[in-house]
Amino acid sequence: MPAAGVVMVVAVVLVVLALVYYLVSTIVALQRTAAGLDDVIENVGGIVAKSAPVNEIVLGINEQLDAGVDLLEGMLVRKAGLIDAVGLVDGLYPGAAAAGFRNVPDSAGLVVPRIGEVYTKGTLTLARLGREAPIAAASPAGPVLRNVEAGSHAARQLYPGGRPLHADALPRSPVIGSDAPIQYEQRDDIGAPRKRLPVPS
Amino acid sequence: MTLWWIGDVVLLVVLLPVVVYLLHGVLAAAQSVVPTVRQIAGVAAAGSQDLDAGALLLTTRDQVSQTVAGVANYAGSLDVIIDDAS
Repeated sequence: MPAAGVVMVVAVVLVVLALVYYLVSTIVALQRTAAGLDDVIENVGGIVAKSAPVNEIVLGINEQLDAGVDLLEGMLVRKAGLIDAVGLVDGLYPGAAAAGFRNVPDSAGLVVPRIGEVYTKGTLTLARLGREAPIAAASPAGPVLRNVEAGSHAARQLYPGGRPLHADALPRSPVIGSDAPIQYEQRDDIGAPRKRLPVPS
Repeated sequence: MTLWWIGDVVLLVVLLPVVVYLLHGVLAAAQSVVPTVRQIAGVAAAGSQDLDAGALLLTTRDQVSQTVAGVANYAGSLDVIIDDAS
């Protein structure tokens, strides 16, 4: 065989070796990729399986909460009236008056008393119970009479040194009985004949 | 004979480097996919693990149902004891 043929054979062998090396390495890399994708598929399948009932459950929770909101809003409107009811909700959730109640289309945009800002907590409680709390009615468009963010300031002024949990000393209950330290005289008229008015002559 | 030598030179100088270059590119691309897939697998595993708490939504739904039922009962009592506004 001529030398050129030998060189040709050697060159072809080199090309084949390069093909084998790189193709085998590529196959190994692709097998690792396939194994990794199997893990991905398994975990994604877990995600799909775990998240499948979430939509139904959340919808059920929302239905329950919607029913509760409808119930409470309806009862609040019926007991406190529409304006006061919206005012109460707006006092608890500032800005809610702009949206109004869902089941009362006319409730959006009402001018409502600022119950949560003006009323004291006790009055607000009474208002929640359906009784009238006319404090805010005096100046519904005026400045805020009570700051909700510092609502405890007025109360804390009553106790500058801190609100005491209990009184320092409470009067003790009286001790009664035969061995009591203080014996009270027995009334003479007990058991005696009842006094009668003098008979006019 | 000269053509044989020319063929050898082309084979060794042109064809072999081109084959090696192209296969090296394929191998590098295939190997670069492996760590990315492993990262995706890790993220998917973490996401699946995060959703383990999703089963607690069943408890939440039951609790909400019981709470709403209690509120309904309470509201029914208030409806009886409190007069209507109008």
